Amino acid sequence: MNRDEPTAGERFLNGILPENPVYRQLLGMCPTLAVTGAMKPAMTMVAATAFVLICANLMVSSIRHLLKPHLRILVFTLTIATFVTIADRFLAAYLYDMSKQLGPYVPLIIVNCLIISRCEICASKQGLWESFADAVGMSLGFGLALASIATVREILGSGTWFGLSVLPESWPGWGVLVLPPGAFLTMGLLIAGVEWWGARQRAVEKKSVRKAEAA
Amino acid sequence: MSPSNIGFMIYLKQAWLVILLALVYGAGLAGVQVGLSPRIEQNKKDETYRVIPDLVPGADARWIEETRVPVEGKEVLVYRANTQAGDPMGWVVPASGQGFADKIEILIGLDPEVHTITGVYVLNQKETPGLGDYITGIDFTSRFAGKSTGERLEAVRGGAVKDNQIDAITGATISSNAVTSIVNMAVETLGGALRERASGKGKSG
Repeated sequence: MNRDEPTAGERFLNGILPENPVYRQLLGMCPTLAVTGAMKPAMTMVAATAFVLICANLMVSSIRHLLKPHLRILVFTLTIATFVTIADRFLAAYLYDMSKQLGPYVPLIIVNCLIISRCEICASKQGLWESFADAVGMSLGFGLALASIATVREILGSGTWFGLSVLPESWPGWGVLVLPPGAFLTMGLLIAGVEWWGARQRAVEKKSVRKAEAA
Repeated sequence: MSPSNIGFMIYLKQAWLVILLALVYGAGLAGVQVGLSPRIEQNKKDETYRVIPDLVPGADARWIEETRVPVEGKEVLVYRANTQAGDPMGWVVPASGQGFADKIEILIGLDPEVHTITGVYVLNQKETPGLGDYITGIDFTSRFAGKSTGERLEAVRGGAVKDNQIDAITGATISSNAVTSIVNMAVETLGGALRERASGKGKSG
């Protein structure tokens, strides 16, 4: 095994913030914009994506020594499509209304670049444990990102969170946030916020390094 | 070994994993489908019962009779909405066809003699979000209510003029056409059999 590859712990932590799929890599924009009007659909999407990501990573990792370089993408896609179809059928059977609400976005998990990028970057090179940690970390990162956007949109847009009333009746509800433009506005502002915070962190680090050098 | 055989062996050596995985995944998905489809069908049936009162005006979910109608050698499930006394109020017919992205499943409400369409409801679709999925909206489905079954319906762009025309959704002509032709198809194939059942009154169904 390549010793330069990150360990399972690093993979796990990287996925949550330093390499957050939405805020850092800007991957999986379609579900990020499309299903974050409220918490319930957003969290259903996160659960389905996490299931597919974990299963696909484990599957690809366990057959990584058999992969032919020029056929690997085909194998990844085949694997992902299979698990997405399973997730889609389960939603239709056990969460029928949610499955109708999400509509084509569940089958569209197949083309979520987050998943195929983890197969390529991690699972096809590292063992089961590292791939599992990577998938869980990335899923948490994806979940955090969608939760943050959906929270802003649902609370300010409809005055509710997970369907429960959280703002007083007098709140007018900024309808635009629930509509598609609200997805772009919220995501843009949140990405700007995360970038600003990151830049500040780096500036603080630089300062302390300089101080240490001066001393 | 002949040259063609060697070529085949080379392909097999390269692609055996893909072929094997496709078979294994296919078998797995077939299992999932077999295991879950009764539940999914039940969900659809529950939803059908919920919307029947919208498709047949005045219908009550308590007086609905499920019956099978033979069409081209196959038995098709239809729902008959009755009055409390057992007289037919109308039919609800499930039908499906190919849409722009995937299969579209709809329910069609018809009067007992199948002269008029009383409502259309889209049960299942995977059309383009923001364009084709407008076929699920009441704005679109209400365009079918009150249409006569005497003439084939057609979806037209830029405003319906004639009685048998349905105003298509801008940017979703294919989805609009698909729903319209599913309705036509269902009326053509089932109309005769349903008319017979309605005049034959009673519970024989």
